[in-house]
This record gives sequence, C-alpha cells and structure tokens, in this order.
Amino acid sequence: MTVKQISVFLENKAGRLAEFTKVLRQNEIDMRALSIAETPDFGILRVIVDDPYKTACVLKDAGYVVSITPVLAAAVPDETGSLYEILNILGKHNINLEYTYAFIGRRKGTAYMIFRVGDNDKAIEVLSQNNIKLICQHELYDL
Amino acid sequence: MPNYYQPEIECASQEQIRAWQDERLVKTVHHVYEHVPYYRNLMVQKGVTPEDIHGVDDLHKLPFLTKDDLRDAYPYGLLAVPKRDAVRIQSTSGTTGRRVVAFYTQHDLDLWEDCCARAIVAAGGSNEDVVHVCYGYGLFTGGPGLNGGSHKVGSLTLPMSSGNTDRQIQFMVDLGSTILCCTPSYAAYLAETICERGLQNQIKLKAGIFGAEAWSEEMRQDIQNKLGIKAYDIYGLTEISGPGVSFECSEQTGMHINEDHFIAEIIDPQTGEVLPEGEKGELVFTSITKEAFPLIRYRTRDICVLSRKKCSCGRTHVKMSKPMGRSDDMLIVKGVNVFPSQIETVLLNKGYPANYQIVVSRVNNSDQLDVQVEMTPEMFSDTVTEVASKEKELVDALKAMLGIYANVKLVAPKSIARSEGKAVRIIDNRKLY
Repeated sequence: MTVKQISVFLENKAGRLAEFTKVLRQNEIDMRALSIAETPDFGILRVIVDDPYKTACVLKDAGYVVSITPVLAAAVPDETGSLYEILNILGKHNINLEYTYAFIGRRKGTAYMIFRVGDNDKAIEVLSQNNIKLICQHELYDL
Repeated sequence: MPNYYQPEIECASQEQIRAWQDERLVKTVHHVYEHVPYYRNLMVQKGVTPEDIHGVDDLHKLPFLTKDDLRDAYPYGLLAVPKRDAVRIQSTSGTTGRRVVAFYTQHDLDLWEDCCARAIVAAGGSNEDVVHVCYGYGLFTGGPGLNGGSHKVGSLTLPMSSGNTDRQIQFMVDLGSTILCCTPSYAAYLAETICERGLQNQIKLKAGIFGAEAWSEEMRQDIQNKLGIKAYDIYGLTEISGPGVSFECSEQTGMHINEDHFIAEIIDPQTGEVLPEGEKGELVFTSITKEAFPLIRYRTRDICVLSRKKCSCGRTHVKMSKPMGRSDDMLIVKGVNVFPSQIETVLLNKGYPANYQIVVSRVNNSDQLDVQVEMTPEMFSDTVTEVASKEKELVDALKAMLGIYANVKLVAPKSIARSEGKAVRIIDNRKLY
C-alpha cells in the first residue's frame, strides 16, 4: 500500500533543477508529483514518477545520489476539511509526519497527498480502518 | 622474502654507513666550497671552513639552505660542475614564485635511479614485472625517476605519464601492469574508476609505489582494498634528487632513507636546533654523493620523525615517518594549526570519499574553515533532519580532531575536480602572505 518516492541530492545552485529535469525528459519519465526541501547549501528533491526503478537507474548513471523511499499516497476528496481528517487520524495514533505534499491527477474532485511518516505499517492500518483510500504503485499510472 | 636491490648497501652495518657518510660529507663540503661561490659566501658568513668539517658530528656547524636560496641562485648559481659535465635539468612543480631547478651529471642520474630501483625491489619488483609509471614525465622528477629505477631493475617499463584515465586503465588491463607508480590521489581515483567499471578482476596489479604528496593511512587502506594491492610510500624532492630519497619496505611503518647518499637531520623549525632521534621536527637533508647539485643542510619544510629501531625487513638505514604536514603549508586557522591530513583522516573514518577541498577565508576579520565533501549514497536520506544530523556528526568529529569549528559543505558527487597529478586540497582565500 505504498508508493516509491525517488529522493535526489541537489546542490543549491542555479540550473541544477533544470539539469535534473533534462535527464527525466531524455529518458521519457513522467513525473506525478514533486517537492523540494531546501537548506542554504543543498536541496532534497522528492519526486513521484511512473517508473521509479528506471528513474533511479538513469539518475545514478547520470551521477546523482538517489534514494528510494516507500511513502503513502492517499486520495483525498477535494472538499474543505478532508486533509484535517487524515492528519487528525495520524495525530491521534501518535504517528509522526516527516513531510507531506500534494498533487492532483486527471480525476475531477480528487486530490492526492503524499505522506512520509515514521511508521508506514501503523499508518496504513489506522488510515484503512478509517476508510482513507491509499494508492498502490500500480494505480499511479492511471491517476 | 628479502627484496633488496643492493643488499650490501641496504643492509650495511651502522658503522659502515657512518663511515661512508663521514668521508662523503667532507668531500662534498670541499667540493661546493671550491666550486660554488654562493656556498662559499654562506660558509664565510657563518665563519666555517671546510677544514672545520671532519664528519657527520660537525654537520651542525654548516649553514642551512632554503628554497629561497635556491630561488636566489636561480638558474645556475648552485651548479657545482661545469655546464659541459651536467646532462639533465629537472624542476619542481611549485606554482608560486620562481621555479627551482636541479642539475644532474650522468653519475648523479645513475645514483638517483639506483635509489628508485631500491624502492621498486622493496615493493616486490623484479625483471618479471610490468611497471606502470603514471607520474608526469618532463620537468617533474616522478616519471623520469621511477622510469630509470624500473630500467635498472630490468622490469618492463610502461612510461604512461599522467592523465587520460581511460587509456591508463586500458593499458593496465591489456598489458597486465603489476606495479603502479603515481601520486596517491591519482591512485585513489584510478581505484575508484576501476571499481566502478567492475574491472577489479581484470587487472594484475600487486603493488603500488605512491608519493609526491601527503596521504593518510586511511587512504592507503582504501587504495589497497579497492585494488587488492600493497601500497608503498615513496618520498623525495627534486632539490635532493627526486623520488627515492626514502622508500617503504614491506613493514609499511616508515620510509628507509638512502643514507649512503643522504644525511638526514631533524631540527626545530623555529630555532634551527638539531633535535634528538625520535622527536618531531623539520627534516633537513644533505646530499653527499651528488656532483652537479649537492645541497648541504637543505630544509625540506616537511615535519616528521626519524627512527633507528631495527626493521624486520633487514635494512639498516634510518626510517622517516610519513610527513605529518609541512612547516610551510600547514594552515593556521583562528590561531590553530590545521593539517589537511587530519581532515582527511576524519572524512575517511566517517565513510566520505578521499576527495575533498578545504577553503579558508576571512569573514568579518575572523577565519572561516569550510570543508567541501562529496555526498555519497550512504550519507544521503530523503529527510533534511537525517542529512543534517550526519552533517553535524562530521562537524563534531572535525571539531574533536582540529579543536576548531569547520563548516561542512556537502556537494554533488564528483563535483570536486579529480586531479590527475597533485590534488588541490586547499584554497586559502585570506591572502596572508
């Protein structure tokens, strides 16, 4: 019930993100979501792509330091308060959230949230019990 | 297994070595006094004549010679034979100020090559070996020295010179090189590249002779593990002849100085006083067999320790430690002495690559020490907190080693230029001199 996120080390310098996306373009990799955590010296780029293994391989070949992290992707109704509901469940069960970011797909009325939590198994369990729809890797292609 | 090139010299008794040194020193002092006005002036200034020198015990009476003297006397001021008798010029790789040039007669070249041959044989070399020399050729002494030594041993010599890594590796694989001679940083780069390409099983290297720059024990382990070889240190300087002034034996616990050619002293770099054996100080050399360019009490600026402890290899010549830094390229940051080798040790202990760069700058009248380190897959994580905590670990370890705060800057892999010669490890933007 997880999706594979690709994380990439990027120096905080002009043009680095453009170089990165060029590699994706050359290899015809489709990005679903992207977020960046930045520090004064470097950034950690996190992407959800259609083919994480191919992506990791081509990035490594291009000299990037890459890691693959299983994260949760939840379908969230595009309604006021729906994110609160999910976060509240995690909070109540004492599941720490490292970071989160959002993306939208082609389906109207639905947004998607990526959650990087301390304990994936526990989060899957409590979210499923509360009828939160989690997306699997293979479902990503259809979003 | 004894690996000697000249066993009767390399394993001579201490008394024999001393007798050679006494006789050759007296001869050399007379030689330079008579033929080099620059030396005569220095000696006159110090109130000493060749008649005052009866042997090694009188060495301390003689004046020191520094790189500044060599620059002052440039180009021919210290040449001790008529130009027609000299056959070769070599020069230092120094990038600042005037170059330093050294001269050789055929006899000098022969002795220098003998010294390099001793180093190759000590590393297990024989006429069965293919010696792959990727030190630079030309003015730099690395290439010509090991090349000549390899010829003396009778090894099949590959004069690759430096650069063009693809070709280096191709020849190494195709021709079955067994002994690699280059700078340790280039050896580390070659090792890294060979491992990346998965060619470890296709190379036949058994030993490496690496010198011309400072390297740590950790770097040695790294190279040895990656290439599956034994890595030997070799030491030398153009002024004294080139590589082979001293070399490591199988014990790998210091380098035997070729004492039949060079007298070593350790001095206090501040006072110039000779220090007793075992104390750390600046290494000073006197060459006692050279005709064209003998140097008397030349200050190397290398800080090290000498030891006469019996060596298991059977050689009797005194051993010097790896240089622990240089009295002139040692950094003083916030008033604290910093040796790049200390930083290298911390990095390698923490699993970072040996490729790094130290940048010293002055910000608001205060020194700042930045250490640029390449990110590795092991250090990387998807969360900033985890990367930051590893970064802090490194900062703390550097603080513990150096006594001062160093700013760690993580940079992209392979973004620090891999040198194909001497690595540029230090960038000092303070312009203190």
